[in-house]
Amino acid sequence: MSVRPEELTAKQYDAGFVTDIEQETLPPGLNEDVIRHISAMKHEPAWLLEWRLEAFRHWQGMQEPHWAHVRYEPIDYQSISYYAAPKSRVNAPKSLDEVDPKLLETYEKLGIPLREQEMLAGVAVDAVFDSVSVATTFKEKLAEAGVIFCPISEAVQKHPDLVRKYLGSVVPQSDNFFAALNSAVFTDGSFVYVPKGVRCPMELSTYFRINASNTGQFERTLIIADEGAYVSYLEGCTAPMRDENQLHAAVVELIALDDAQIKYSTVQNWYPGDENGVGGIYNFVTKRGECRGARAKISWTQVETGSAITWKYPSCVLRGDDSVGEFYSVALTKMHQQADTGTKMIHLGKRTKSTIVSKGISAGHGQQSYRGLVRIGAHAHGARNHTQCDSLLIGDQCGAHTFPYVEVKNASAIVEHEATTSKIGEDQLFYCRARGVSEEDAVNMIVNGFCKDVFNELPMEFAVEANRLMEVSLEGAVG
Amino acid sequence: MLEIKNLHAEVDGREILKGIDLRIGTGEVHAIMGPNGSGKSTLSNVLAGREGYEVTAGTIMYKGRNLLDLSPEERVWEGVFLAFQYPVEIPGVNNAYLLRAGVNAKRRHLGLPELDAMDFMQLVREKAQLVELDPSFLSRGVNEGFSGGEKKRNEIFQMAVLEPSLAILDETDSGLDIDALKIVAKGVNKLRSPERSMIMVTHYQRLLDYVRPDVVHVLADGRILKSGGPELAQELDRRGYDWVREEAAA
Ligand SMILES: Nc1ncnc2c1ncn2[C@@H]1O[C@H](COP(=O)(O)OP(=O)(O)OP(=O)(O)O)[C@@H](O)[C@H]1O
Ligand SMILES: [Mg+2]
Repeated sequence: MSVRPEELTAKQYDAGFVTDIEQETLPPGLNEDVIRHISAMKHEPAWLLEWRLEAFRHWQGMQEPHWAHVRYEPIDYQSISYYAAPKSRVNAPKSLDEVDPKLLETYEKLGIPLREQEMLAGVAVDAVFDSVSVATTFKEKLAEAGVIFCPISEAVQKHPDLVRKYLGSVVPQSDNFFAALNSAVFTDGSFVYVPKGVRCPMELSTYFRINASNTGQFERTLIIADEGAYVSYLEGCTAPMRDENQLHAAVVELIALDDAQIKYSTVQNWYPGDENGVGGIYNFVTKRGECRGARAKISWTQVETGSAITWKYPSCVLRGDDSVGEFYSVALTKMHQQADTGTKMIHLGKRTKSTIVSKGISAGHGQQSYRGLVRIGAHAHGARNHTQCDSLLIGDQCGAHTFPYVEVKNASAIVEHEATTSKIGEDQLFYCRARGVSEEDAVNMIVNGFCKDVFNELPMEFAVEANRLMEVSLEGAVG
Repeated sequence: MLEIKNLHAEVDGREILKGIDLRIGTGEVHAIMGPNGSGKSTLSNVLAGREGYEVTAGTIMYKGRNLLDLSPEERVWEGVFLAFQYPVEIPGVNNAYLLRAGVNAKRRHLGLPELDAMDFMQLVREKAQLVELDPSFLSRGVNEGFSGGEKKRNEIFQMAVLEPSLAILDETDSGLDIDALKIVAKGVNKLRSPERSMIMVTHYQRLLDYVRPDVVHVLADGRILKSGGPELAQELDRRGYDWVREEAAA
């Protein structure tokens, strides 16, 4: 979906907007008018505008959090443009010849087909495009099963009741600074609804959506699995999506009702900045799932290799009795990347169970923290958690830190925590080389061995790509 | 096969090898004995190309070329193999997977087709029998949780698979029980061939009873003080090293 010029020139907005049609971008700054403007441009119902404004008012009273173990220059929120419209096709490269060769080289190494390369690089391609037909058959198949999968702005128009019922029900507007900001200004994202008893017939992937609309920096995703439904959702792509924007503040909400299951997998490889730590994405994301019904299950699996700064804690609220939460994570920080990531498992229901497996790899000057909270509520009889938290260091200028928080209010709960830190030793590398394996291959082998438990949780194709992504990401990390 | 001349090497700025001369002909087996800390492992590591072992003087010629020009992995591809005194554990990395990567890298280097998983597994099963290594070890992490003796057996097994021209066994006999020593020695003997040279670093006469060396050297204080036939090892076993030092000083 693209913005029609007449919407932008329309006079319903207060003065002060320089409406530059060519760029389809709002001038920098954030105030209620900007929010009204965004909402109007999207033809949103009044309740949603009100919802956004409420979020904005919360946000104004909030402080940017600084408890995370990351360092960055202060962000000037008034210098950001909040409507960098569906990435203006005007500025998009016309062909791959115009795309940064360094980026193409990476695609090449990842073995991404040419057509997909064009799509990922944001090349303005016309309708004669394989994936258009793919997307169509795929839409038909989903419709047959009754699954709704569309941009959230479309869902607001076509399925307002569902959106209104669930939006913000897991991550309220006032949840945290970045979530409040997102709620006020989100421009797009995915919406998924899987009806009762339906097993979604395919893995849903943002790949398909990239075509339809480019996602902005304030993405909002809402996924609902109704009773007994199952869905597996793959987020992001394994190629670096360079983004001119610095701040990325997304919100993802998952809702699983009785016996429903949601598997959410992410492979994130945004631009991490250069060798000197210049540039790169600030990835401040709020992801939370709620097992609202009994025996529901939510699994987060993430492979994070990109971004300059990552601040991200995919969490599970285990409200339903016997519900299950899982978090499997591999995070790699190299060069000057910083990551503060982990999860929260909030056990409310009886016999709720959670598993956390976190694998952190640091190389170069990378700094990484695992921050995990396991909270067992007073009524969560027989709740169980197992946490396994391993760090691997490559070189001696990087760091790994672990901050586990445990709060247990029910004596019958069992909470286990294991943590290890190891270093890829010179002796291990030499051993491999003394068996004829090059140093680079040896590092890859050791890292992949370290990540195995998490990669095994990824859907098959994703796992293969994650493997390759690690290899590409680690190139030059040693030596 | 190997010709070392006046080799000096430092570790952390400290000279450990102080002028080694050693010549090993094709198919010969040489034993190197010597007191703890005399530089035997240092010599082994220098031959295998370990970083941090700096050659400050001297030359090492291997098959007519300068060994020091080659990276550790290139040395393996050219047929040098080091069985470590202390094999390191690499958790999560499958034993067979590492070895296959090494074998195939070597084959690529030699212009041979790579072995597929099936061919490789067959090769590996065959070689595992040589040192009576249970094939279940292959699917475990590299040396992960192996007992001391199992690690040593694994080293010889890897040697069998990589089929080197020059094998350096650094105290492969240490830490083996009596039966395991026999098994490993039997394996080493089977790998002995007119094309393959070996350096066996050892403290004990016992290994040499099974694997009879052509030459025995005494390495002490970074130099080779004495060389002789197998009977020298027996004499060392009886008399220790002091007399060799005294003789050399005289
Ligand atoms: N990485 C190192 N850093 C500092 N000193 C070292 C290092 N490696 C070896 N050395 C020193 O070099 C000397 C020779 O050590 P080396 O391991 O070669 O002895 P060795 O003859 O193999 O002894 P052993 O019979 O006990 O195995 C020792 O004094 C040792 O402490
Ligand atoms: Mg030694």
